[in-house]
Amino acid sequence: MDARRESEPTPMKNRTTVERKSERELVVTRTFNGPARIVFEAWTKPELFRRWWVPKSMGMSLRSCEMDVRVGGKYRLEFEPDAMAFFGTYLEVTPHSRLVWTNEEGGEGGPVTTVTFEEKRGKTLLAMHELYSSKEALDAAGTGAADAMVETFAQLDELLLTLGAS
Amino acid sequence: MVQYARTRFDASFAALSDATRRGVLEQLGRADASITDLADKFHMTLTGMKKHVGVLEQAGLVTTAKVGRVRTCRLGLRRLDEEAAWIERYRQLWDARFDELDKVVEELKRKEKVDGRKKRE
Repeated sequence: MDARRESEPTPMKNRTTVERKSERELVVTRTFNGPARIVFEAWTKPELFRRWWVPKSMGMSLRSCEMDVRVGGKYRLEFEPDAMAFFGTYLEVTPHSRLVWTNEEGGEGGPVTTVTFEEKRGKTLLAMHELYSSKEALDAAGTGAADAMVETFAQLDELLLTLGAS
Repeated sequence: MVQYARTRFDASFAALSDATRRGVLEQLGRADASITDLADKFHMTLTGMKKHVGVLEQAGLVTTAKVGRVRTCRLGLRRLDEEAAWIERYRQLWDARFDELDKVVEELKRKEKVDGRKKRE
């Protein structure tokens, strides 16, 4: 395509980790090769957010993405083809360092998500922390995911590609 | 725990990367079978089939038991630990998202550079 762009050094891919910190908490971490203000921008501007939040492998796309990023502001993500929606309220908004929001699509007592952006030498360590109301709630979220694990072999093939195994 | 999940996953996915082995699993999902049956079914030598079954056995997807002279294969009891499985799945989702986010970050960085240059001009 664009030869000049391809000849630029490809930044090394950073590793995503997920850890169940406690019975009620799940933490995802990842480093990004850019300053916190840029990573924060990609999390708070809907036109940027929608470009990465629904990867192709999900087999869905966003019909709409509304984000009123300020304390007490609401967000709403609607998918297509099915009408699934994620929505909630921003509880904390600290530019370039911290975002906290509720997840209300499952009714009251949904998990609270905290994202922190920590800049070091031009890179940003991002931590996304999900706090569930109870161990049972987190287990249930996991069971849903585990059910989805019972897939056709064709889908497993796709996962394989993601894992880069051969 | 996540590391442990990964090793398990790698073995399972490597085992599943082969069309014959996936076929064997489908076959065993319908009924137990001897290695000879499987070799016939997949038009393979006994040695070749033994190898495939060995890989599936290593990954815990198949168990075998020898009764008399016949080795019977069935779907393995050792399944991916459920929690490990969903955490890995969740990780893959976020990993895919973050790969896309990398692209957005790179683009914004380039844009900032260009804008910075314009401002200085």
